Amino acid sequence: MALLDIKDLTLRFGGIVPVNKVSFYIEEGSIESLIGPNGAGKTSLFNCLTGFYKAQEGDILFQGQSVMKLKPHKITELGMARTFQNLRLFKNLTVMENIMSGMHCRTSAGLAGAVFRPPAQKAEEKKIKEVAIECLDFVGILDKKDRIAKNLPYGDQRRVEWARALATQPKLLLLDEPAAGLNYDEKMQLVELIRRIRDELKITVFLIEHDMGLVMKVSERIFVIDYGMKIAEGTVQEVQNNPRVIEAYLGKEEDKVV
Amino acid sequence: MSLQEIIIQQVVNGLLLGSFYGLVALGYSMVYGIVKLLNFAHADVYMVGGFCSLTFLTLFKDTFLGNGWAGIVAAMLVSMVIVGLLGVIIERIAYKPLREAPRLSLLITALGVSMILYNSVMVVTGGEYRAYKTGLGFQGISIGSVFITHTQLILTVAAVALMFILHLFITRTMYGKAMRAISMDLDCCRLMGVNCNKIIALTFFVGTALAASAGTMAGVYYGSLHFFMGFAIGIKAFTAAVIGGIGIIPGAMLGGLLLGLLESFGTQIPFIGSEWKDVFSFSILIIILIFKPTGLLGKKESERM
Amino acid sequence: MKENQIGLQTADTQTAAKQTNPLVRFVDKLYELFDNRKIRFSVIAVAVAVLLYLPMRTNMYFMEVMTNVWFYVVMCLGLNIIVGFAGLLSLGYAAFFAVGAYTTGILILRYGMSFWLTLPISALMAVIAGLAIGTPTLKLRSDYLAIVTLGFGEMTRLAARNMAITGRATGLVGISRPYFFGLHLYKINHYYYAFLALAIIAIFISYRLMDSRLGRAWKCIREDEDAAEAMGINVVAIRLYAFILGSVFGALAGSFMAIKMTAISPDSFLFTQSVNILLAVVLGGMGKIPGVILGAFVMVIFPEVFRGIGQYRMLIFGLVLLILMIYRPQGLWPERSGGGPIEEKTCKDEVI
Repeated sequence: MALLDIKDLTLRFGGIVPVNKVSFYIEEGSIESLIGPNGAGKTSLFNCLTGFYKAQEGDILFQGQSVMKLKPHKITELGMARTFQNLRLFKNLTVMENIMSGMHCRTSAGLAGAVFRPPAQKAEEKKIKEVAIECLDFVGILDKKDRIAKNLPYGDQRRVEWARALATQPKLLLLDEPAAGLNYDEKMQLVELIRRIRDELKITVFLIEHDMGLVMKVSERIFVIDYGMKIAEGTVQEVQNNPRVIEAYLGKEEDKVV
Repeated sequence: MSLQEIIIQQVVNGLLLGSFYGLVALGYSMVYGIVKLLNFAHADVYMVGGFCSLTFLTLFKDTFLGNGWAGIVAAMLVSMVIVGLLGVIIERIAYKPLREAPRLSLLITALGVSMILYNSVMVVTGGEYRAYKTGLGFQGISIGSVFITHTQLILTVAAVALMFILHLFITRTMYGKAMRAISMDLDCCRLMGVNCNKIIALTFFVGTALAASAGTMAGVYYGSLHFFMGFAIGIKAFTAAVIGGIGIIPGAMLGGLLLGLLESFGTQIPFIGSEWKDVFSFSILIIILIFKPTGLLGKKESERM
Repeated sequence: MKENQIGLQTADTQTAAKQTNPLVRFVDKLYELFDNRKIRFSVIAVAVAVLLYLPMRTNMYFMEVMTNVWFYVVMCLGLNIIVGFAGLLSLGYAAFFAVGAYTTGILILRYGMSFWLTLPISALMAVIAGLAIGTPTLKLRSDYLAIVTLGFGEMTRLAARNMAITGRATGLVGISRPYFFGLHLYKINHYYYAFLALAIIAIFISYRLMDSRLGRAWKCIREDEDAAEAMGINVVAIRLYAFILGSVFGALAGSFMAIKMTAISPDSFLFTQSVNILLAVVLGGMGKIPGVILGAFVMVIFPEVFRGIGQYRMLIFGLVLLILMIYRPQGLWPERSGGGPIEEKTCKDEVI
């Protein structure tokens, strides 16, 4: 059974159709990418998957269960976590506090737990700390755990974003342009990291990316969308040579300026 | 009174009331549109405008202006200018330094300005009501047993005229265009060479002046002023702005008139009466915020994630 | 550096440059001292002992003022949960106080209920009130939220003024004072202890909340609601929790106030009351518990000390708010250093 199965998903927004009858599926344990020219609807698709936009038609099945009508926090609880294209960290909190927020949906202490601190709550807090440290260590910023998030350099802020998503202990991780703003070295580290997320943590990764080099290096399958519609899918080779894809990015033969 | 006459009476009351709301709501909407701030102090400049014109009127009532319509118009215009400038000063001192600050700080600052305004007036007036003495009589016209005073008519017309002038200003002049542009994207306007500070100051001036005019009219109509009168109209004007769609100029006018009419008719509903009319208006606000938060004329806002 | 329950070190530990400002160093030193559990406990124990002993040594006027102080502390901590922890600007907090006071008042006056029984009912009414205010405002942003909560506060007051059951404009009068295990609570000292107890409970709960899963969730939604939702935090529920908890604090304080004053009038819930509480929270520092307590002290004691200013009081408060927001928005209570910007440039700095 596919981990994520999208059927004829359509989203309409006052006149435009950012997502138009898109269908595909993602196998568990794979690393797959979504590419397309700017404005093709990639982030809109992510937003539909994670519950921030409500698509009008079609269905989204996560582990066989329809999640189309669920609220974003519920979807995260079920195991689908995301990062944001334009980094939405909790800027004034420490790195550690940012990561710990991920464990909110995996714990349940409420008012009574907070005030009376029974053993169960104490155990939970210990677990939260442990998982957070693990995630920080995994992405490589453990030494910065007590820094205030907004004071970190950009590359480290990106890592905080990834670690935070990992802390929700997801089965599927959606990365929205994780390489944006990174330099070459950082991008290579990102490739490593994505592989390790899949190999060591057994998390399926689905990413939106513009950097073709990175996409080619890390993906097993690629989906291409343009104007909200899926125009190609397949392995790196297949997509690279697909004339429709080339056309979407570069324009038709006759439009090419010599 | 027959049903027809009640309806006419309420329509008249509602339109006049609605024009007050509309004028104040315009200022709210304009300022919100341009700096995304709900200016708490706006309702209080309405009150200050009333007092300002009263002062002018009292000072000059024995001159050729008198305290008939000529005097009132002069007083209103003077107060609009003075209070408008006050609005610009407030923006410069209190809001400009905080343009990049979190919303909470701005709101609290606005609250502070509001407190300074009404408490200053409270200290000066000793907390008492001040009579707004005008030389106007109570002549009017009668339609059946419905009596509409000349004052009511003139005020309503004046309010509508002001709104119309504003509409022309926004749509026909360069400044109006600049205001609308800034409300869409402030940084881009800066890059395009628009002197944003000047336009923002202008927006505050116009919005505040309009509120001041409403304050004057309220003084003329109700015959008295009180330092806390801004408070009640603040929530009403906000409701009006929200009904029409916050940030949308025609919306504020429409919302104001609608609210005025709804309130007037509301007082005729047996359970509500005049005691609960404020709660009635507030319920309208809540309903709009739940079902159509962008207002009647507003478009569905979709935030890019 | 201080370690809290799960070993989380507070504040930015990366101080590249040594602090040279002597005042800041002094504050840091104090914080370090208080990190030590023993010192903390002994100071608190001494303070509590002094506070408990106070009534035996001072006059009624002072007791009256101090009782008010503790009352304010409870209210401000309640508002602090909503505004300080969760970041929801609420301008109608007095409504919760009204709910509690009137519930107790009505139940005692018209139904002869024992005061202690009215407390859980008062809390229940507070929960309902919190839900009533929190639910329509769920999707509202700070500006709208502020005005709508202000509106709710006003509507509560107007409702109290208009309805017969709440005594219309005169309110409720002649609420009988209860007995506590045989002791008739009629002296100001009794109420001093009652409110002191409430305050201590409120402080305790606030600290526990701050350093808990719930407290962290509030911090996250304060920073970025959408990101919090994406991280699995049920923003709707957490927001409601804030309103409900805040309202219970206010309602219980109101209940006790009702029997202390033996009378309630709608004028106790004017908008100015909500503003006073907010001002105290902002003055001390939103979200910072000791700051909020300090703010409560200042709000009550300042007008007493400066009796002469009388009608200029609110004017000065407005000025204080203004100056505070422009020059020191984080409030009077000092934080430990090390939270400032560091030597490395962020991407944004490089671009602009």
